[in-house]
Amino acid sequence: MSVLISRQGDYLIASVVSDLSDSQVVALRAELGERVGDLRATGIIVDVGGLDVIDSFVARSLRSIALTMRLRGAETVVVGIQPEVAIAMVQFDLDLDPIHSALDIDEAFSLLDQWTEGTPEDGR
Amino acid sequence: METQATTAAQSSGAGDEVNAQLLIELVGHLRSNRRSLTEEWVGRVNSEQLLSVMTSEEIFSELTAVYDNYVDALETGSVETLQAYARDLSERIIPRGVETREVVGIVLLLRDVLARSLFVKYERDGQLLNQILDAYEPAANRIAVTVSVSFVEERERVIREQQESIQELSTPVLQVRERLLILPIIGVLDSQRARQLTEQLLHAIRTNRAKVVVVDITGVATIDLTVANHLFHTVEASRLMGASVIVTGLSSKIAQTLVDLDVDLSMIRTVGDLQGGLEEAERVMGYRSAGADSADG
Repeated sequence: MSVLISRQGDYLIASVVSDLSDSQVVALRAELGERVGDLRATGIIVDVGGLDVIDSFVARSLRSIALTMRLRGAETVVVGIQPEVAIAMVQFDLDLDPIHSALDIDEAFSLLDQWTEGTPEDGR
Repeated sequence: METQATTAAQSSGAGDEVNAQLLIELVGHLRSNRRSLTEEWVGRVNSEQLLSVMTSEEIFSELTAVYDNYVDALETGSVETLQAYARDLSERIIPRGVETREVVGIVLLLRDVLARSLFVKYERDGQLLNQILDAYEPAANRIAVTVSVSFVEERERVIREQQESIQELSTPVLQVRERLLILPIIGVLDSQRARQLTEQLLHAIRTNRAKVVVVDITGVATIDLTVANHLFHTVEASRLMGASVIVTGLSSKIAQTLVDLDVDLSMIRTVGDLQGGLEEAERVMGYRSAGADSADG
């Protein structure tokens, strides 16, 4: 399994540890969709720190996951993009809009906290 | 004298032996007239206003040392010591702004002064004068070339070193406070530098866990499409790392250029100056400035 999903409070954390195939993306989207409903999660954090490359396929997959989760009532934050990966992405003109990205899981938590509570908290 | 000549020349050719012997005579002449010749040389250097950045005492002592090395090089035929001395001297005088023109001029003056003294000494015997000059000229030219080349090489080395240090210094990423970085860009932004800068910034974002980065381009004189694209890439990549970027210090000229070039910078948050950028950054990070606090209370 190349994705580990764990729960932390109201949020789900999906850690992508190796490159994703087409069917794995579909499976991940389905599983996240299920668990968001079961756990009444309000936020999804997708950690892509294990990826050496984010190509257009991965970017599109992440975007489709985010849009799906939004329909299920949860916001998605992508974390852990490596500097080299970020440089490559802008050079290939890839972006993750409308997904937000954050430096690490801590950051993602405070970002999601802000959104779900509607009031900006400092730090977390 | 005979034996010395053979060892010095180390050659079986009769012409070479004569040459070597003449060279020894020549060196003897230069040694015995050391003081007067140096003084004449220094006088001519002064009258041509070469080495104007140095005091006359300095000029005198440096030139005396050059003279001794010069005569040694004539005697031994080896320019290595002279080369090392010339390098060392160049290292000392280059930072003071001595130019290549001056160094070449000085070396040529010495050659002229010495040649003139030979004319005076051997003016009665034309044939001997010819022979002496035959021995002197190639050696003197070689020395002149060596000194000039040493100077130029030293200068190039200094320039190379400076270029390297500019490269290293050119992209400092500074942390102003917890999770807030400043990247002041100064000078010309070419592709290579822009890439290096982006990489350094992204790594700094990760190590400092930066949330906001203020990129200040007050020090960038002009901007074109390529540079604007680099800037755009830097901002995009930082956002992917989870940091927001504020660009400050766009001069009126740069702003107009960007509009004329139809560059879409709507994705980039820009603020007039660095101070405004920092205030904006603190707002983004959720700090409240002291002024706002007291106004509230």
